[in-house]
Amino acid sequence: MRNKKVTEYFLISLIRLVTYIVVAIVGYIIIDIFIKGLPTLSWEFISGFPRRSGAEGGILPAIVGTICLVTGAISVALPLGMASAIYLTEYAKQGRFKEIIGLAISTLAGVPSIVFGLFGLGLFVLFFGFGASILSGSLTLAFMILPTIIVSSEEALRAVPVTLREGSLALGASKWQTIARNVLPYALPGMFTGSILGIGRAAGETAPILLTVAAFYLPKLPRSIFDQVMALPYHLYVLATQHPEAEKVLPMQYGTALVLLLLVILFNLSAIILRNRFRKKIQW
Amino acid sequence: MVGKNVKMEMRAVNFYYGKTQALFDVSIAIPEKRVTALIGPSGCGKSTFLRMFNRMNDIIDGTNHTGEVMIDGESIYQNNNSSAELRKKVGMVFQKSNPFPKSIFENVAYGPKIHGIKERTQLREIVENSLKAAALWEEVKDRLNKNATNLSGGQQQRLCIARALAVEPDILLMDEPASALDPKSTTRIENLISELQKNYTIVIVTHNMQQAARVSNYTAFFYEGHLVEFDKTNKIFTTPIKQQTEDYITGRFG
Repeated sequence: MRNKKVTEYFLISLIRLVTYIVVAIVGYIIIDIFIKGLPTLSWEFISGFPRRSGAEGGILPAIVGTICLVTGAISVALPLGMASAIYLTEYAKQGRFKEIIGLAISTLAGVPSIVFGLFGLGLFVLFFGFGASILSGSLTLAFMILPTIIVSSEEALRAVPVTLREGSLALGASKWQTIARNVLPYALPGMFTGSILGIGRAAGETAPILLTVAAFYLPKLPRSIFDQVMALPYHLYVLATQHPEAEKVLPMQYGTALVLLLLVILFNLSAIILRNRFRKKIQW
Repeated sequence: MVGKNVKMEMRAVNFYYGKTQALFDVSIAIPEKRVTALIGPSGCGKSTFLRMFNRMNDIIDGTNHTGEVMIDGESIYQNNNSSAELRKKVGMVFQKSNPFPKSIFENVAYGPKIHGIKERTQLREIVENSLKAAALWEEVKDRLNKNATNLSGGQQQRLCIARALAVEPDILLMDEPASALDPKSTTRIENLISELQKNYTIVIVTHNMQQAARVSNYTAFFYEGHLVEFDKTNKIFTTPIKQQTEDYITGRFG
């Protein structure tokens, strides 16, 4: 009896410790970036154009580029992902076919991001002839975050009680009417959670955009979706490893990292606010 | 045996969940504007039988049946696209009340809206009449815009009845509508069923023998997927023909 208690106490402490370590690591990274990046952060840094290969000036083109890419990726991946999730949960019959689709989706989730980059290069840049452009980059990122969005959308749909579907069907609603009016509205908050995760990944990934859109140094704003852009993660990579004065541009690196971090937080925050607004209306 | 007009009918129906057979050669003729109770132990096929009449079994993968199911003399399984039309005519109330997480008004208006009624005044009228018919109007008339999930269990179940009535069905299928309710709410539902019987054909699944005796005109006893006996309720409860029926209603098994 006594032994059992000791074991339990020990295990709980261990689990707690591990949790604290995880939090500490995240905290350290964020605090470090804030402390070292904050001095660089200024209006000029955010709204200005880079000079001397990014050693001086601002990072506006990279910020705009990342916002374009994330917006593009989400607006392609969200409808696709939601549609696939609706098909899979509501229409597809249980069986071999559905299993294969499920397997394909989890495989897609496991594909390394550089492979997505190569895929985007081959398909969008070269085969479709979109060139290195926002379009190619957004589509590539969209396919990368698609599995996350599909899986969380499926979960959100499955969380809606069957009794609501039955109740609607029993009133003579068609299947689609039931989904549109009595399932989807309650699943949307969960679907937004999925897109939150997707947004974070799309904003931060370097490999997929490296081959499909990102410009090494392009101190101007894009005019169409067929333009190349700079992007924050790639800019960070360039400053840290490719820049002739990598040591000297350290403050610029931290500044860029901080802006990227803030941007992701901003994206997530707005998604969370949107989700909570939906959630408030629903209770069962 | 049945003196009234036949509203719903089954002829030699077998039903299967995959390879498991749930109904065996069931034939029955259910009279119009009467309450028919379905009794029998759990898993005897009562709910499956009930859900044949609004094709709710269709939504479960891998189910199929043989035989004929008819309403008003027409086979309901012939046209594959008619399930929505059919369900408009055959309302259903479930065992667990399932109000939609919307306002009381929107719950009742859901069916009429689905079927194309848009005008606000017309909807308001339907909602009021349906809630009155379900004996809920007085309790909720001042808070129609409040969320339906805040109502008590008994009120929720009456709301579900009102919601079913709002699409003007001929038939009401009730799957143990009072099994999750307290005695007082149960009494209200039972009184309501007696009231509704004037205008609707009602088929009700119940576990509660007294309830079957109280509310129904006819009773069908199911056992292991077979329809053992079907007759006037007082006959079933006083002088059943089959030994199995007598054993069940006297509480010897089940």
